[in-house]
Amino acid sequence: MSDDLWVYSDKVKNHFTNPKNILEVDEKEYDYDGKGQVGSPACGDMMVVYIKVENQKIKDFKWKTFGCASAIASTSVLSEMVTRNGGMSLEKAYEITPEQIIENLEGLPANKIHCSVLGDKALRAAIDDYFKKQEKKNPYKDEDVEIVCECFNISKEDIRMEVLEGATNFSILQARTKIGTQCGKCIDKTKKLLKEYVDKYYKEKIYNPEKD
Amino acid sequence: MDIYLDNNATTPLHPEVKKEIKNFLNNYGNPSSMHETGRKVKSKIKKARENVAEFFDAPANDIIFTASGSESNNTVLKSVLFNNYDFTPHIITTNIEHPAVLETARFLEKNGIEVSYLNVNKDGVVTPEQVLKEIKDNTVLVSIMWANNEIGTLQPIREIGEILEDKDILFHSDAVQAAGKIKLSLRKSKLDFASFSGHKIYAPKGIGVLYFKNFEKNKKTLVPLIHGGHQEKGFRASTENTIGIVAIGKACEQLNKEIDDEIKRIKNLRDLFEKKVEKEIDDIIINGKKAPRLPGTSNITFKRVEGESILLRLDLNGIRVSTGSACSTGSLDPSHVLMAISNKAEVAHGSVRFTFGRENTKKDVDRTVKILKKEINTLRKMSPIK
Repeated sequence: MSDDLWVYSDKVKNHFTNPKNILEVDEKEYDYDGKGQVGSPACGDMMVVYIKVENQKIKDFKWKTFGCASAIASTSVLSEMVTRNGGMSLEKAYEITPEQIIENLEGLPANKIHCSVLGDKALRAAIDDYFKKQEKKNPYKDEDVEIVCECFNISKEDIRMEVLEGATNFSILQARTKIGTQCGKCIDKTKKLLKEYVDKYYKEKIYNPEKD
Repeated sequence: MDIYLDNNATTPLHPEVKKEIKNFLNNYGNPSSMHETGRKVKSKIKKARENVAEFFDAPANDIIFTASGSESNNTVLKSVLFNNYDFTPHIITTNIEHPAVLETARFLEKNGIEVSYLNVNKDGVVTPEQVLKEIKDNTVLVSIMWANNEIGTLQPIREIGEILEDKDILFHSDAVQAAGKIKLSLRKSKLDFASFSGHKIYAPKGIGVLYFKNFEKNKKTLVPLIHGGHQEKGFRASTENTIGIVAIGKACEQLNKEIDDEIKRIKNLRDLFEKKVEKEIDDIIINGKKAPRLPGTSNITFKRVEGESILLRLDLNGIRVSTGSACSTGSLDPSHVLMAISNKAEVAHGSVRFTFGRENTKKDVDRTVKILKKEINTLRKMSPIK
């Protein structure tokens, strides 16, 4: 190996060059219990994940991803995270966060954080789909969302997702969501939350090859 | 062996340029010195200027050495601000320019200057009619790139120049990508200014050229960006980048001899490459294929796969390319040029740019197509898009 800096961590490189658990057959032949799809070709990222469930655990996980190296590596590492040690419980899997994926990838460059968001989103969609197919209510789905901006019905979770998708300052967030443009009551709280999320996602776990 | 197919990003040094630099390295003199050590270097700079002028078909007096194409672009555009017009000046450019023009134009806008950004048509070209329509009483400058870096489309510089000829409007072109790839004649172009960069024509980084038509007569039309010395006829202060100047002079001298044959050879390579890709890989789009474009540029969209992942997989195989995919640049907006010609974000996301140069061979084409086919196949197996 040369000492040249690669754009991603070794872990991302490994998952990108040698991805695990790709769905190799037609989806109809893979007898899945739940399917989740996020993104679109126009956005530059699209992910479809399939799960098989046994005893409320993820017994198998297969995926297909269109996207950059970090999107591919994110899905691949996620497939390992949820299937190791006999499979992750649906409850735990439903709570997987982008930062867990990023951590398992040994960090992502700051401009790639949004790629990791798709994996956990797709997984939750697949679990939702599993419960829907079972005609059961998803007990892990948190219906109790804290609304920050009442004028535009924007929740804490909405803000968190926007940050992960690249809204790293207040003007971007506002341009995307209109948050705080009506009564303005929520601006202070929004700015505080924004700082908290930006610190969390863009400062602590960033992969930067030029940093010692 | 690595295959370098990113010659629009930068080029390797020409072997003759390398030799020239090596031979020059002991010439440490300051060309401004009166003594022989300095004068020797001064005469080498004179020769280099003549070679550059000859290559671009311009008078040597109208060639100003700068540190980069970006500096040349900045000098021309920022002059609109520094000239302190007693009205609000207006400039016209396009939205496919290099950031050295585009971001400078936005900087001018922030400082109160009016800017019109022309869109390219579906062939990736701005038409002279579009320029004409946009001209207002307060238009002082038109800046349009000669060749686009992404798909290589050529802009009708001569025709636009003819429209502007009888008007009191300055005309600039960022010719960085066109230089060395097609034959340019500044004398015939009707341009007032043009920007060039050494490292795109087999000379080193850190040397650029500003063509300044009728410099002696018109020098007041621009304002120097760097003050503090009499170098470059008082227009561009700084002790000269003597190694860079000598190198770009040599590069131009060599290219002048080679360019006719090289244009043909490189175009043949590019065409062969595209023919093979079309034959070996399905579901592709050759972007800008029908538009007038640079002979060595090939921009291809591979449907259902994303550009950055293609780039990185080729890179791991020793093949160096570039992509118009937004994902690789960190911006989420796909390229203006690819959007203009395709109107589909998917086309931009899956696009890869292969740019051929003087060191590439048929063998490079064969190996690249072979590896490309394999990697596209692998990535398509991962893709959920049908």
